[in-house]
Amino acid sequence: MNRMRIRAVLAAFTLAFALQAAAIDITVLPNEELQQRYEALTHEFRCMQCQNNSIADSPVSLASDLRRDVKEQLLAGKTDDEIRASMVSRYGNVILFRPPMSGGTLWIWIAPLLVLLGGVWVAVRIVRRRAALVAGDDSVLPPEDGAR
Amino acid sequence: MNRFLIPATVFLALAGILYVGVVHSPNKSTMQSALLGKQAPAFNLPILGDPARKLSSTELAGRPWVLNVWATWCVACREEHATLLEIARANQLPLVGLDWRDQDDEALRWLAELGNPYTVVAVDREGRTAINFGVYGAPETFFIDANGRVQYRHVGAMTQEVWQREFIGRLSHAGLP
Repeated sequence: MNRMRIRAVLAAFTLAFALQAAAIDITVLPNEELQQRYEALTHEFRCMQCQNNSIADSPVSLASDLRRDVKEQLLAGKTDDEIRASMVSRYGNVILFRPPMSGGTLWIWIAPLLVLLGGVWVAVRIVRRRAALVAGDDSVLPPEDGAR
Repeated sequence: MNRFLIPATVFLALAGILYVGVVHSPNKSTMQSALLGKQAPAFNLPILGDPARKLSSTELAGRPWVLNVWATWCVACREEHATLLEIARANQLPLVGLDWRDQDDEALRWLAELGNPYTVVAVDREGRTAINFGVYGAPETFFIDANGRVQYRHVGAMTQEVWQREFIGRLSHAGLP
């Protein structure tokens, strides 16, 4: 009896989480083009209350308010860029998962490239040094242990 | 020794960068409002306790005022309430409340129980005005100057210290009180 009850509770929990995961956003827009733009845009904006979720993936009320805002702007005929600009004007660049390439954010884009170049430089140096070692060494390899 | 010099330097440099990144990550209380220096968004919202009447942002123009975003579901709002009451008693700036995504009856009960620090409270049940102010969590408090520009935003519970430094301190160059 007790075990049944535990199972029922577990099942209810599982179902609740599954439903929540599936039903965070059930918005339907009048046509396929708007729907696709809606889905793309809502994945571009950060849910400000839960910084590493997009507003499309977040169940908090602020995210649903922002999704409604995106939907209304789409229906009002705004372009994607206009909608992005309106989000940035209210919340700043932080709301974009992909910040614009300008001014203070430029280093975010350049830094990984610099690190990569540094890595290549180190690798080239090591390979050159080893190549030089091999080229300068004309001694015969000692026979391996097993061959003795 | 020399073998380890370059990797150690690189490691320390990276660790330093990451440390700075972690320490200065966009902490909720230090994230600057995107509205600073810009015109505060306009609104026209029903007044709490008198829903037939509306509060329009144009009525507030011409002198500095403060907007405090709160709700009965917000824990830190209860925390700052005593400070808001003190601020209201000093009566240096109009304190406009924005009741964000809340129930009117609960909000009225809250004010009846804890006291009402607000000059007037606008009801933003759908959260549209809050979005326009770039609000991401209550409480948030905005300082708006006589020209209708946002001069400061404080995120989190208000304290006397923040109030004196960031709000009263801005009063002298924000137009007539």
